Amino acid sequence: MRGRKLKFLSLAVLIFAVLISSAYVFASGEPSAATVPSAAESTMPWWAWPLILFIVTFLLGIVAVLGGVGGGVLFVPIIGGFFPFHIDFVRGAGLLVALAGALAAGPGLLKKGMADLRLAIPVAVIASACAIVGAMIGLALPAKVVNIALGGTILGIVAIMLMAKKSEYPDIQQADNLSTVLRITGVYHEASTGQDINWKIHRTPQGLATFIIIGVMAGMFGLGAGWANVPVLNLMMGAPLKVSVATSKFLLSITDTSAAWIYVNNGAVLPMMVVPSIIGIMLGSIVGVQILARTKPAAVRYIVIAMLLFAGSRALLKGLAIWN
Amino acid sequence: MDKKVLATEEQLAYAKLLDTGMKFGLLILVVTFIVYLTGILAPHVPVNDLPKYWKMPVHTYLTATGIHPGWAWLGMLGKGDFLNFIGIAFLAGVTIICYLRIIPILLKKKDTIYAVLAFVEVLVLALAASGVLKAGGH
Repeated sequence: MRGRKLKFLSLAVLIFAVLISSAYVFASGEPSAATVPSAAESTMPWWAWPLILFIVTFLLGIVAVLGGVGGGVLFVPIIGGFFPFHIDFVRGAGLLVALAGALAAGPGLLKKGMADLRLAIPVAVIASACAIVGAMIGLALPAKVVNIALGGTILGIVAIMLMAKKSEYPDIQQADNLSTVLRITGVYHEASTGQDINWKIHRTPQGLATFIIIGVMAGMFGLGAGWANVPVLNLMMGAPLKVSVATSKFLLSITDTSAAWIYVNNGAVLPMMVVPSIIGIMLGSIVGVQILARTKPAAVRYIVIAMLLFAGSRALLKGLAIWN
Repeated sequence: MDKKVLATEEQLAYAKLLDTGMKFGLLILVVTFIVYLTGILAPHVPVNDLPKYWKMPVHTYLTATGIHPGWAWLGMLGKGDFLNFIGIAFLAGVTIICYLRIIPILLKKKDTIYAVLAFVEVLVLALAASGVLKAGGH
Protein backbone atom coordinates (compact mmCIF):
# COMPACT_ATOMS: atom_id res chain seq x y z
CA MET A 1 0.00 0.00 0.00
CA ARG A 2 2.79 2.38 1.03
CA GLY A 3 4.78 1.36 -2.06
CA ARG A 4 1.80 2.15 -4.28
CA LYS A 5 1.39 5.56 -2.62
CA LEU A 6 5.06 6.36 -3.18
CA LYS A 7 4.83 5.24 -6.82
CA PHE A 8 1.80 7.49 -7.29
CA LEU A 9 3.64 10.41 -5.72
CA SER A 10 6.72 9.81 -7.85
CA LEU A 11 4.49 9.82 -10.92
CA ALA A 12 2.81 13.06 -9.81
CA VAL A 13 6.20 14.72 -9.27
CA LEU A 14 7.44 13.50 -12.66
CA ILE A 15 4.32 14.71 -14.50
CA PHE A 16 4.58 18.11 -12.86
CA ALA A 17 8.28 18.41 -13.72
CA VAL A 18 7.60 17.40 -17.33
CA LEU A 19 4.76 19.93 -17.56
CA ILE A 20 6.96 22.80 -16.45
CA SER A 21 9.86 21.73 -18.66
CA SER A 22 7.69 21.25 -21.72
CA ALA A 23 5.91 24.56 -21.33
CA TYR A 24 8.71 26.24 -23.26
CA VAL A 25 7.01 24.90 -26.39
CA PHE A 26 4.44 27.66 -26.29
CA ALA A 27 6.75 30.22 -24.75
CA SER A 28 8.91 31.14 -27.73
CA GLY A 29 7.83 33.97 -29.98
CA GLU A 30 4.83 34.83 -27.87
CA PRO A 31 3.42 38.34 -28.31
CA SER A 32 3.89 40.57 -25.30
CA ALA A 33 1.01 42.46 -23.69
CA ALA A 34 3.35 44.20 -21.27
CA THR A 35 6.21 46.61 -21.69
CA VAL A 36 9.42 44.66 -21.16
CA PRO A 37 12.37 46.29 -19.47
CA SER A 38 15.64 46.08 -21.33
CA ALA A 39 17.85 44.90 -18.47
CA ALA A 40 20.28 42.10 -19.22
CA GLU A 41 19.01 38.82 -17.78
CA SER A 42 20.22 35.42 -16.65
CA THR A 43 21.04 32.87 -19.34
CA MET A 44 18.86 30.26 -17.65
CA PRO A 45 15.56 29.57 -19.44
CA TRP A 46 12.49 31.00 -17.67
CA TRP A 47 11.16 27.56 -16.69
CA ALA A 48 14.33 26.55 -14.84
CA TRP A 49 13.53 28.57 -11.71
CA PRO A 50 9.94 27.37 -11.30
CA LEU A 51 11.19 23.82 -11.81
CA ILE A 52 13.96 24.27 -9.22
CA LEU A 53 11.39 25.95 -6.95
CA PHE A 54 9.12 22.92 -7.27
CA ILE A 55 11.96 20.51 -6.44
CA VAL A 56 13.19 22.60 -3.49
CA THR A 57 9.69 23.06 -2.04
CA PHE A 58 9.10 19.32 -2.43
CA LEU A 59 12.22 18.72 -0.31
CA LEU A 60 11.17 21.48 2.13
CA GLY A 61 7.82 19.73 2.51
CA ILE A 62 9.59 16.53 3.56
CA VAL A 63 11.96 18.34 5.94
CA ALA A 64 9.15 20.45 7.46
CA VAL A 65 7.16 17.36 8.44
CA LEU A 66 10.21 15.57 9.83
CA GLY A 67 11.38 18.69 11.66
CA GLY A 68 7.94 19.49 13.08
CA VAL A 69 7.75 23.00 11.61
CA GLY A 70 5.39 24.69 9.16
CA GLY A 71 6.39 25.03 5.51
CA GLY A 72 6.14 28.84 5.54
CA VAL A 73 8.89 29.37 8.09
CA LEU A 74 11.36 27.47 5.90
CA PHE A 75 10.01 28.76 2.59
CA VAL A 76 10.42 32.52 3.05
CA PRO A 77 14.06 32.70 4.25
CA ILE A 78 15.34 29.93 1.95
CA ILE A 79 13.52 30.98 -1.24
CA GLY A 80 14.02 34.67 -0.41
CA GLY A 81 17.72 34.15 0.25
CA PHE A 82 18.77 31.88 -2.58
CA PHE A 83 16.31 32.45 -5.47
CA PRO A 84 16.14 35.48 -7.79
CA PHE A 85 12.58 36.35 -6.74
CA HIS A 86 11.93 39.68 -5.00
CA ILE A 87 11.06 39.37 -1.32
CA ASP A 88 7.57 40.86 -2.00
CA PHE A 89 6.62 37.87 -4.16
CA VAL A 90 8.36 35.40 -1.85
CA ARG A 91 6.28 36.59 1.11
CA GLY A 92 3.07 36.43 -0.95
CA ALA A 93 3.90 32.86 -2.00
CA GLY A 94 5.02 31.97 1.55
CA LEU A 95 1.65 33.01 2.96
CA LEU A 96 -0.24 31.01 0.36
CA VAL A 97 1.98 27.96 0.99
CA ALA A 98 1.30 28.20 4.75
CA LEU A 99 -2.40 28.84 4.06
CA ALA A 100 -2.75 25.81 1.78
CA GLY A 101 -1.04 23.56 4.35
CA ALA A 102 -3.31 24.85 7.13
CA LEU A 103 -6.44 24.46 5.00
CA ALA A 104 -5.46 20.88 4.19
CA ALA A 105 -4.78 19.94 7.82
CA GLY A 106 -7.67 21.91 9.38
CA PRO A 107 -10.66 19.65 8.65
CA GLY A 108 -9.05 16.51 10.13
CA LEU A 109 -7.82 18.35 13.22
CA LEU A 110 -11.26 19.90 13.82
CA LYS A 111 -13.16 16.64 13.29
CA LYS A 112 -10.93 14.77 15.76
CA GLY A 113 -11.41 17.51 18.35
CA MET A 114 -7.67 18.20 18.45
CA ALA A 115 -8.01 21.76 17.13
CA ASP A 116 -10.50 23.72 19.21
CA LEU A 117 -12.79 26.23 17.53
CA ARG A 118 -13.71 27.98 20.82
CA LEU A 119 -10.04 28.59 21.55
CA ALA A 120 -9.28 29.60 17.96
CA ILE A 121 -12.11 32.09 17.32
CA PRO A 122 -11.15 34.88 19.78
CA VAL A 123 -7.45 34.45 18.99
CA ALA A 124 -8.15 34.51 15.24
CA VAL A 125 -10.05 37.81 15.40
CA ILE A 126 -7.01 39.53 16.93
CA ALA A 127 -4.32 37.73 14.92
CA SER A 128 -6.05 38.12 11.54
CA ALA A 129 -6.78 41.83 12.06
CA CYS A 130 -3.15 42.41 13.06
CA ALA A 131 -1.90 40.29 10.13
CA ILE A 132 -3.57 42.81 7.81
CA VAL A 133 -1.61 45.61 9.48
CA GLY A 134 1.59 43.53 9.27
CA ALA A 135 1.08 42.78 5.58
CA MET A 136 0.53 46.46 4.78
CA ILE A 137 3.62 47.50 6.75
CA GLY A 138 5.66 44.73 5.10
CA LEU A 139 4.67 45.77 1.58
CA ALA A 140 5.42 49.42 2.33
CA LEU A 141 8.92 48.81 3.72
CA PRO A 142 12.05 48.71 1.53
CA ALA A 143 13.37 45.20 0.77
CA LYS A 144 16.57 45.70 2.77
CA VAL A 145 14.63 46.64 5.91
CA VAL A 146 12.39 43.60 5.44
CA ASN A 147 15.43 41.36 5.00
CA ILE A 148 17.11 42.69 8.14
CA ALA A 149 13.92 42.27 10.20
CA LEU A 150 13.27 38.86 8.63
CA GLY A 151 16.81 37.70 9.38
CA GLY A 152 16.50 38.86 13.00
CA THR A 153 13.12 37.12 13.33
CA ILE A 154 14.40 33.84 11.89
CA LEU A 155 17.37 33.88 14.27
CA GLY A 156 14.89 34.56 17.09
CA ILE A 157 12.83 31.55 15.96
CA VAL A 158 16.00 29.42 16.11
CA ALA A 159 16.50 30.57 19.71
CA ILE A 160 12.87 29.71 20.54
CA MET A 161 13.25 26.27 18.95
CA LEU A 162 16.42 25.60 20.93
CA MET A 163 15.26 26.92 24.29
CA ALA A 164 11.46 26.71 24.57
CA LYS A 165 10.22 23.90 26.75
CA LYS A 166 7.02 22.04 26.05
CA SER A 167 4.38 20.92 28.48
CA GLU A 168 2.35 17.88 27.42
CA TYR A 169 -0.48 18.52 29.92
CA PRO A 170 -0.01 21.88 31.71
CA ASP A 171 -1.43 21.81 35.22
CA ILE A 172 -4.00 24.63 35.31
CA GLN A 173 -5.42 25.02 38.80
CA GLN A 174 -7.93 27.73 37.98
CA ALA A 175 -9.26 29.01 34.66
CA ASP A 176 -9.19 32.81 34.39
CA ASN A 177 -12.34 34.94 34.24
CA LEU A 178 -12.20 35.69 30.52
CA SER A 179 -11.77 32.07 29.45
CA THR A 180 -14.59 31.13 31.87
CA VAL A 181 -16.93 33.70 30.32
CA LEU A 182 -15.95 32.53 26.82
CA ARG A 183 -16.24 28.86 27.94
CA ILE A 184 -12.87 28.00 26.45
CA THR A 185 -12.46 24.49 27.75
CA GLY A 186 -12.57 21.09 26.13
CA VAL A 187 -12.01 17.39 26.05
CA TYR A 188 -9.80 15.60 23.57
CA HIS A 189 -9.19 11.92 23.08
CA GLU A 190 -5.55 10.91 23.55
CA ALA A 191 -5.19 7.93 21.25
CA SER A 192 -1.82 6.80 22.70
CA THR A 193 -3.29 6.24 26.20
CA GLY A 194 -6.96 5.84 25.32
CA GLN A 195 -7.85 8.62 27.77
CA ASP A 196 -10.15 11.61 27.38
CA ILE A 197 -8.21 14.67 28.53
CA ASN A 198 -10.14 17.56 30.09
CA TRP A 199 -8.42 20.89 29.69
CA LYS A 200 -8.88 24.57 30.50
CA ILE A 201 -6.69 27.65 30.08
CA HIS A 202 -5.50 30.66 32.04
CA ARG A 203 -3.78 34.03 31.34
CA THR A 204 -6.21 34.57 28.44
CA PRO A 205 -5.88 38.41 28.29
CA GLN A 206 -2.07 38.18 28.19
CA GLY A 207 -2.23 35.43 25.56
CA LEU A 208 -4.62 37.41 23.36
CA ALA A 209 -2.40 40.50 23.68
CA THR A 210 0.60 38.46 22.51
CA PHE A 211 -1.30 37.51 19.37
CA ILE A 212 -1.26 41.19 18.36
CA ILE A 213 2.51 40.89 17.84
CA ILE A 214 2.27 37.41 16.32
CA GLY A 215 -0.37 38.58 13.81
CA VAL A 216 1.69 41.58 12.73
CA MET A 217 4.81 39.42 12.24
CA ALA A 218 2.89 36.73 10.33
CA GLY A 219 1.56 39.33 7.90
CA MET A 220 4.79 41.26 7.61
CA PHE A 221 7.05 38.30 6.79
CA GLY A 222 4.61 35.77 5.30
CA LEU A 223 6.07 33.14 7.59
CA GLY A 224 3.03 31.41 9.00
CA ALA A 225 3.24 31.64 12.77
CA GLY A 226 3.18 28.14 14.24
CA TRP A 227 6.59 28.79 15.81
CA ALA A 228 4.99 31.52 17.97
CA ASN A 229 1.42 30.22 18.30
CA VAL A 230 2.38 26.93 19.95
CA PRO A 231 4.52 28.35 22.80
CA VAL A 232 1.87 30.98 23.60
CA LEU A 233 -1.06 28.55 23.55
CA ASN A 234 0.85 25.85 25.41
CA LEU A 235 3.24 27.58 27.83
CA MET A 236 1.50 30.92 28.41
CA MET A 237 -2.19 29.96 28.22
CA GLY A 238 -1.81 26.35 29.36
CA ALA A 239 -3.56 24.41 26.60
CA PRO A 240 -2.30 20.80 26.24
CA LEU A 241 0.54 20.45 23.71
CA LYS A 242 -1.45 18.49 21.12
CA VAL A 243 -4.38 20.93 21.34
CA SER A 244 -1.92 23.84 21.00
CA VAL A 245 -0.19 22.36 17.95
CA ALA A 246 -3.49 21.45 16.25
CA THR A 247 -5.22 24.76 17.09
CA SER A 248 -2.13 26.66 15.93
CA LYS A 249 -2.19 24.86 12.57
CA PHE A 250 -5.89 25.61 12.17
CA LEU A 251 -5.37 29.25 13.25
CA LEU A 252 -2.96 29.74 10.35
CA SER A 253 -5.83 29.08 7.94
CA ILE A 254 -7.54 32.22 9.31
CA THR A 255 -4.56 34.49 10.07
CA ASP A 256 -2.88 33.78 6.75
CA THR A 257 -6.16 34.28 4.88
CA SER A 258 -6.36 37.94 5.89
CA ALA A 259 -2.68 38.61 5.15
CA ALA A 260 -2.83 36.66 1.87
CA TRP A 261 -5.68 38.86 0.62
CA ILE A 262 -3.55 41.97 1.18
CA TYR A 263 -0.72 40.44 -0.89
CA VAL A 264 -3.17 39.26 -3.61
CA ASN A 265 -4.90 42.65 -3.80
CA ASN A 266 -1.59 44.50 -3.96
CA GLY A 267 -0.32 42.37 -6.84
CA ALA A 268 2.36 40.48 -4.87
CA VAL A 269 1.28 37.04 -6.06
CA LEU A 270 2.84 35.38 -9.11
CA PRO A 271 1.05 32.15 -10.10
CA MET A 272 4.29 30.81 -11.62
CA MET A 273 5.82 30.93 -8.13
CA VAL A 274 2.78 30.14 -6.02
CA VAL A 275 1.38 27.02 -7.68
CA PRO A 276 4.65 25.02 -8.00
CA SER A 277 5.40 25.95 -4.37
CA ILE A 278 2.02 24.81 -3.04
CA ILE A 279 2.04 21.56 -5.03
CA GLY A 280 5.71 20.90 -4.21
CA ILE A 281 5.35 21.41 -0.48
CA MET A 282 2.11 19.43 -0.27
CA LEU A 283 3.55 16.44 -2.16
CA GLY A 284 6.68 16.71 -0.01
CA SER A 285 4.58 16.74 3.15
CA ILE A 286 2.82 13.53 2.08
CA VAL A 287 6.18 11.83 1.47
CA GLY A 288 7.47 13.29 4.77
CA VAL A 289 4.63 11.65 6.69
CA GLN A 290 5.55 8.31 5.08
CA ILE A 291 9.23 8.74 6.01
CA LEU A 292 8.41 9.94 9.53
CA ALA A 293 7.46 6.43 10.60
CA ARG A 294 10.95 5.17 9.75
CA THR A 295 13.24 7.96 10.92
CA LYS A 296 14.42 9.74 14.06
CA PRO A 297 12.79 13.20 14.03
CA ALA A 298 15.16 14.60 16.71
CA ALA A 299 18.12 14.51 14.31
CA VAL A 300 16.07 16.14 11.54
CA ARG A 301 14.99 18.88 13.93
CA TYR A 302 18.63 19.91 14.33
CA ILE A 303 19.02 19.93 10.54
CA VAL A 304 15.99 22.27 10.35
CA ILE A 305 17.52 24.52 13.01
CA ALA A 306 20.80 24.61 11.07
CA MET A 307 18.92 25.45 7.85
CA LEU A 308 17.04 28.27 9.57
CA LEU A 309 20.25 29.56 11.13
CA PHE A 310 21.91 29.68 7.71
CA ALA A 311 18.89 31.18 5.91
CA GLY A 312 18.28 33.71 8.70
CA SER A 313 21.92 34.83 8.62
CA ARG A 314 21.71 35.07 4.83
CA ALA A 315 18.61 37.35 5.03
CA LEU A 316 20.25 39.52 7.68
CA LEU A 317 23.51 39.84 5.73
CA LYS A 318 21.60 40.49 2.49
CA GLY A 319 19.65 43.28 4.20
CA LEU A 320 22.87 44.76 5.54
CA ALA A 321 24.38 44.53 2.01
CA ILE A 322 27.22 42.36 3.33
CA TRP A 323 26.26 39.23 1.32
CA ASN A 324 24.33 40.09 -1.86
CA MET B 1 -17.05 0.47 21.32
CA ASP B 2 -18.88 3.73 20.65
CA LYS B 3 -16.73 6.34 18.99
CA LYS B 4 -16.94 9.41 21.14
CA VAL B 5 -17.40 12.65 19.22
CA LEU B 6 -15.55 15.39 21.07
CA ALA B 7 -16.10 18.20 18.59
CA THR B 8 -19.07 20.58 18.79
CA GLU B 9 -21.78 20.87 16.13
CA GLU B 10 -20.38 24.15 14.77
CA GLN B 11 -16.84 22.72 14.74
CA LEU B 12 -17.96 19.72 12.69
CA ALA B 13 -19.96 21.92 10.31
CA TYR B 14 -16.93 24.18 9.85
CA ALA B 15 -14.64 21.17 9.26
CA LYS B 16 -16.95 19.60 6.68
CA LEU B 17 -17.27 22.78 4.65
CA LEU B 18 -13.54 23.53 4.92
CA ASP B 19 -12.72 20.03 3.68
CA THR B 20 -14.93 20.37 0.60
CA GLY B 21 -13.81 23.94 -0.13
CA MET B 22 -10.12 23.16 0.27
CA LYS B 23 -10.26 20.17 -2.10
CA PHE B 24 -12.27 22.13 -4.66
CA GLY B 25 -9.87 25.09 -4.44
CA LEU B 26 -6.80 22.91 -4.92
CA LEU B 27 -8.41 21.18 -7.89
CA ILE B 28 -9.13 24.55 -9.54
CA LEU B 29 -5.56 25.65 -8.81
CA VAL B 30 -4.04 22.59 -10.50
CA VAL B 31 -6.37 22.67 -13.52
CA THR B 32 -5.90 26.40 -14.18
CA PHE B 33 -2.14 26.05 -13.79
CA ILE B 34 -2.09 23.30 -16.41
CA VAL B 35 -4.04 25.64 -18.73
CA TYR B 36 -1.40 28.33 -18.01
CA LEU B 37 1.58 26.02 -18.58
CA THR B 38 0.27 24.47 -21.76
CA GLY B 39 -0.49 27.88 -23.25
CA ILE B 40 -4.14 27.09 -24.06
CA LEU B 41 -4.85 30.67 -23.00
CA ALA B 42 -2.10 33.22 -23.70
CA PRO B 43 -0.86 34.93 -20.51
CA HIS B 44 -0.84 38.70 -19.98
CA VAL B 45 2.83 38.56 -18.99
CA PRO B 46 4.68 36.26 -21.41
CA VAL B 47 6.45 33.46 -19.54
CA ASN B 48 9.73 34.27 -21.30
CA ASP B 49 9.64 37.70 -19.66
CA LEU B 50 8.91 36.48 -16.14
CA PRO B 51 12.60 36.45 -15.03
CA LYS B 52 12.71 40.20 -15.72
CA TYR B 53 9.73 40.86 -13.53
CA TRP B 54 9.96 38.49 -10.56
CA LYS B 55 13.06 40.26 -9.24
CA MET B 56 11.31 43.65 -9.15
CA PRO B 57 9.55 45.16 -6.14
CA VAL B 58 5.83 44.63 -6.57
CA HIS B 59 5.04 48.30 -7.28
CA THR B 60 7.62 48.45 -10.08
CA TYR B 61 6.31 45.15 -11.47
CA LEU B 62 2.74 46.45 -11.56
CA THR B 63 3.81 49.62 -13.35
CA ALA B 64 6.02 47.77 -15.85
CA THR B 65 3.37 45.20 -16.75
CA GLY B 66 0.39 47.55 -16.68
CA ILE B 67 -1.40 45.35 -14.16
CA HIS B 68 -3.95 47.00 -11.91
CA PRO B 69 -4.02 45.63 -8.35
CA GLY B 70 -7.17 44.65 -6.44
CA TRP B 71 -9.95 42.76 -8.15
CA ALA B 72 -8.96 43.91 -11.66
CA TRP B 73 -7.89 40.30 -12.36
CA LEU B 74 -11.57 39.39 -12.69
CA GLY B 75 -11.60 41.26 -15.99
CA MET B 76 -8.50 39.38 -17.19
CA LEU B 77 -9.62 35.79 -16.72
CA GLY B 78 -9.14 35.19 -20.43
CA LYS B 79 -5.38 35.37 -19.79
CA GLY B 80 -3.64 32.14 -18.74
CA ASP B 81 -1.77 33.69 -15.81
CA PHE B 82 -4.78 35.50 -14.35
CA LEU B 83 -6.94 32.39 -14.67
CA ASN B 84 -4.92 30.99 -11.74
CA PHE B 85 -6.35 33.67 -9.47
CA ILE B 86 -9.69 31.81 -9.41
CA GLY B 87 -8.11 28.98 -7.37
CA ILE B 88 -6.01 31.36 -5.27
CA ALA B 89 -9.05 33.54 -4.44
CA PHE B 90 -11.15 30.46 -3.71
CA LEU B 91 -8.56 29.12 -1.23
CA ALA B 92 -8.29 32.55 0.35
CA GLY B 93 -12.08 32.86 0.53
CA VAL B 94 -13.10 29.46 1.88
CA THR B 95 -12.56 30.53 5.51
CA ILE B 96 -15.10 33.36 5.10
CA ILE B 97 -17.67 30.84 3.83
CA CYS B 98 -16.95 28.53 6.79
CA TYR B 99 -17.50 31.37 9.27
CA LEU B 100 -20.77 32.33 7.57
CA ARG B 101 -21.85 28.69 7.91
CA ILE B 102 -21.38 28.56 11.70
CA ILE B 103 -22.99 31.90 12.63
CA PRO B 104 -26.59 30.51 12.39
CA ILE B 105 -25.57 27.45 14.45
CA LEU B 106 -24.08 29.67 17.16
CA LEU B 107 -27.19 31.89 17.18
CA LYS B 108 -29.44 28.83 17.41
CA LYS B 109 -27.45 27.70 20.47
CA LYS B 110 -27.79 31.25 21.90
CA ASP B 111 -24.00 31.50 21.96
CA THR B 112 -24.24 35.23 21.28
CA ILE B 113 -20.64 36.15 22.14
CA TYR B 114 -19.20 33.65 19.68
CA ALA B 115 -21.78 34.55 17.02
CA VAL B 116 -20.64 38.18 17.33
CA LEU B 117 -16.96 37.16 17.28
CA ALA B 118 -17.58 35.05 14.15
CA PHE B 119 -19.37 37.98 12.52
CA VAL B 120 -16.49 40.33 13.38
CA GLU B 121 -14.08 37.81 11.83
CA VAL B 122 -16.14 37.79 8.63
CA LEU B 123 -15.92 41.60 8.57
CA VAL B 124 -12.14 41.51 9.11
CA LEU B 125 -11.59 38.97 6.33
CA ALA B 126 -14.04 40.77 4.02
CA LEU B 127 -12.15 44.03 4.60
CA ALA B 128 -8.87 42.29 3.72
CA ALA B 129 -10.44 40.73 0.62
CA SER B 130 -12.19 43.91 -0.50
CA GLY B 131 -9.11 45.49 -2.01
CA VAL B 132 -9.85 48.75 -0.20
CA LEU B 133 -6.60 48.51 1.78
CA LYS B 134 -3.64 49.58 -0.33
CA ALA B 135 -0.03 49.28 0.79
CA GLY B 136 2.27 52.24 0.13
CA GLY B 137 5.08 51.96 -2.39
CA HIS B 138 8.77 51.62 -1.60
